[in-house]
Amino acid sequence: MALVEIRDVYKSFQRDSQRIDVFTGLTLDIEAGSFTALMGPSGSGKSTLLNLIAGLDKPTRGLVSVGGKHVSEMTPGQLAAWRARNIGFVFQSFNLLPVLTAYQNVELPLLLTKLSGQDRTERVKIALDVVGLADRADHYPRQLSGGQEQRTAIARAIVADPTVMLLDEPTGQLDAKSSQEVLTLLQRLNNEFTKTIVIVTHDAHAAERAKMTLHLEKGDLIEKRAAVAGAAR
Amino acid sequence: MKYLRLVVANLGRHKLRTILTILSVALALFLFASLRSVTTTLAATAQFGGARRLVTLNATGLVFPLPLAYGNRIKAMPHVTGLSWANWFGGKYGDGKRFFANFAVDAESYLAMYPEIVMPEDQRQAFLKDRTGAIIGRRLLTQFGWKLGQNVTLQGTIFPGDWTFTIDGVYTPTDPAIGDDVLIFHHDYFDERIGRAGIAGWYIVEIDDPARAPAIAKSIDDMFRNSSSPTKTGTEREFQASFATMWGNVSFLMSTIGLAVVFAILLVTANAMMMSARERTGEIAVLKTVGFSDRLLFALVMVEAGALALTGAVLGLGGAKLLYPAISFNGAGFLPGFTVTTSTLILGVLVAVGLMLASGLVPALRAARLPVVQALRHVE
Amino acid sequence: MIPIVYNVRSVVQRPVSTALTALGVGLVVAVFIGMLALANGFRAALAKTGSDRNVVVLRKGADSELSSGLGRDVVSIIAASPHVAIGADNRPLVSPEVYVLIPLAKSFDTSQVANVVVRGVSDQVWTVRSNVTVTEGQRPASGRAEVCVGSRLVQRFPHTGIGQTLHFGGRDWTVTCHFSAAGSAFESEIWGENEQFMPVFRGEVFQSITFRLKDPAAFDDAQRALQDDKRMTVDAHRESAFYAQQSQLLGNILSFLAVVITGIMAVGAVFGAINTMYAAIASRAPEIGVLLTLGFRPTSVLVSFLAESAIIAAIGGILGCLFALPLNGIVTSTTNWSSFSEIAFSFRVTPQLLVAGLIFAVVMGVLGGFFPALRAARLQVVQALR
Repeated sequence: MALVEIRDVYKSFQRDSQRIDVFTGLTLDIEAGSFTALMGPSGSGKSTLLNLIAGLDKPTRGLVSVGGKHVSEMTPGQLAAWRARNIGFVFQSFNLLPVLTAYQNVELPLLLTKLSGQDRTERVKIALDVVGLADRADHYPRQLSGGQEQRTAIARAIVADPTVMLLDEPTGQLDAKSSQEVLTLLQRLNNEFTKTIVIVTHDAHAAERAKMTLHLEKGDLIEKRAAVAGAAR
Repeated sequence: MKYLRLVVANLGRHKLRTILTILSVALALFLFASLRSVTTTLAATAQFGGARRLVTLNATGLVFPLPLAYGNRIKAMPHVTGLSWANWFGGKYGDGKRFFANFAVDAESYLAMYPEIVMPEDQRQAFLKDRTGAIIGRRLLTQFGWKLGQNVTLQGTIFPGDWTFTIDGVYTPTDPAIGDDVLIFHHDYFDERIGRAGIAGWYIVEIDDPARAPAIAKSIDDMFRNSSSPTKTGTEREFQASFATMWGNVSFLMSTIGLAVVFAILLVTANAMMMSARERTGEIAVLKTVGFSDRLLFALVMVEAGALALTGAVLGLGGAKLLYPAISFNGAGFLPGFTVTTSTLILGVLVAVGLMLASGLVPALRAARLPVVQALRHVE
Repeated sequence: MIPIVYNVRSVVQRPVSTALTALGVGLVVAVFIGMLALANGFRAALAKTGSDRNVVVLRKGADSELSSGLGRDVVSIIAASPHVAIGADNRPLVSPEVYVLIPLAKSFDTSQVANVVVRGVSDQVWTVRSNVTVTEGQRPASGRAEVCVGSRLVQRFPHTGIGQTLHFGGRDWTVTCHFSAAGSAFESEIWGENEQFMPVFRGEVFQSITFRLKDPAAFDDAQRALQDDKRMTVDAHRESAFYAQQSQLLGNILSFLAVVITGIMAVGAVFGAINTMYAAIASRAPEIGVLLTLGFRPTSVLVSFLAESAIIAAIGGILGCLFALPLNGIVTSTTNWSSFSEIAFSFRVTPQLLVAGLIFAVVMGVLGGFFPALRAARLQVVQALR
């Protein structure tokens, strides 16, 4: 059983009076421990797929399951709790709350658990350490560079030890150097800590760092290519 | 509790806005408490006065005097344990701009009937012995800068001429019903100077049992019903209450203004809350993605509104409660015993809670119902 | 100059925020106008009570009619004075008057008692006080226990209809007419013949003497003549000044309250305006950047945003005026502590008050918008466009 199973999923949106069909019977798997890049032109449904996996959206038809749980059938209340424990999400921008420090931002998912203050502190420290920002814990987002902001967001995404990490164009607004930092970090998370990672990206270089690339076009999976270098499968 | 930091951080996002909003709430609740206290104070004055003392007036109107001869007849009635009389003098001091009550009394009997008038024994004795002496309430010391032992001259308005008195005593009333800004002098002296003995402005009758008040009042009035000056007798409390009603619609007016004030402030607070909420749709979407439930976000927004409202309430209500006693405010004599009562404070807190609900509800619902996917699309 | 249309459109685009701020300002203005209208009405009632052409004579030192007492001899002296106008019937226009307060229970709540003025007048009074007219019924006949009731008392006290009987002073009095007096304090009084009232109340004593001046410009001479006259000890006041002065205490209290209460409210409203403007400017930073890039000067930006704040406040001001207008003419009553008598008066919303309200609103808007507008003007293009 794959970690993430998309089974015959249909998804349409109503935009004004038009109905837009994003997926018409999509089926794909994402294995545990994989590092997958989702690529494709605009409108191919990449971000929508991410949202479906995270339970932020429901398919019109079909099944989405993550770690054996039928995400597409859970209630909003169940989804919120489930998401807190199982999903780490990183956006292209606006990840961090500007009124909180890096530390406090990373701590957010842990507030939803029953962990004590001490336990929370420990985990946050570890997460910040992993992303290399332990010395920036008390800085506010406006005091961090773009790359540091994204790494903080990644720290928040891993602090609760989620089942799968989903990143939507994480390097979209970063310069080349910061992009490299982020991607190296992601590779490390996947190799050393066996995190399952799915990233949506336009950037071919980013896709290269992943172990598997899925190409979507008009809602269909048209190609599946394993990475050339260091492919584990 | 662990979410408190989030709430506080959000409030600190725009410190100026938060401070201004809290101050607005504080100002409004200060006004509210002040206005309501006018109403409660006036209502309280209607409760002043004991039921053990009756006041007998001329039935034709309180500006008409009664013959002094009535005194002995009333005193002889059963259940009457004390009798005194007084006459409104209405004198002015200096330019007369600052009004204060002054009247002539039958000193010994009057002081005996009003144990609430408290002053050192030596001052009391000095006054009783001094025909042109006077005793004054404490407030007059500061109001006019008078001193014990000083001579003061009043201009008579009803009884013309210059009237000079020696301040023999300064009293402190133990009951707000007794004004602390009154000047009292001797009826003998009054009679002597107007050259017309034999009139009393009103009688104060002390009875043994308050429950008998209505019956005794009726007996007194019956006794004089067919004479040249029929009387109207009632308890001291009824007498005070009739003064309270003379304010007419003022209480109502104050309440109405109070309502307008509260409503205005609601608008200001709601506006501030909604502005904050609107600016944070992106963040709320992110929090939902992290796993914060709709319910939790709803609660967080409400708590934020509540923090604003309650801080303002503490400042405004607390400020009112502390200010007025500190400046000994009594509305230039018209609002004796002015104080912010507990019921006003509770009402103020309820208003603050209502404020929280009304201003926080819409933003909280919006946050709870925010469709994450759409919001994220705007964010990206 | 940045075209005003930009501000108007921006304001329209955030309807809720604008509406809330405007409403807040509106309420403050409404309370402001309402309270001053109350003070106005009270003062007006008393001011209209007196005429510049009449003189009121009281005993020297008395500050109100209640505390005054004049004998018949004084009446004769004054009636013979050359300063007194002579009527068409060749009699001096003099009205010696008895003034007392009687307790009357109110219609809607008989436990509430008000001290009502009962004035004993001479038959000349209807000429001396030219603003008084009988609206219904016949004047009281001489020698009879009859009274005329002022229009403001009629609804509020029982037994005041024509033909009904009032009981006070130990006697019954038949109501024969109602009178109005141009909204002045007299409308809260009961009038009857002075000779009828004297034996009932205070004996052979009048409280005041009112007469028409032969020459209104000669008041000072008349006053000096009467006050210097050794045969009597009196004070003479111009009637208008006398009643105006009676309104001072309560009028001042009402005005003071109006200023304090609306002052505090205004501060709150200004805070609200400040918040609104700061938020508006923050969200429009890019637009401001564009304007600056296009070549508009910072001063123009400042003025533009000040104008916007003023516009919103002005809308609020208009709302406030609309809220306050219905108050005009509403009758209320209270005790005038200067004379201890009950007086009924109406709210008076004047055009001046409305204009004052609007100006007040705009001032609040300008105050509220000042610092935010300053910040807008100081925005650097680079910051704004980020």
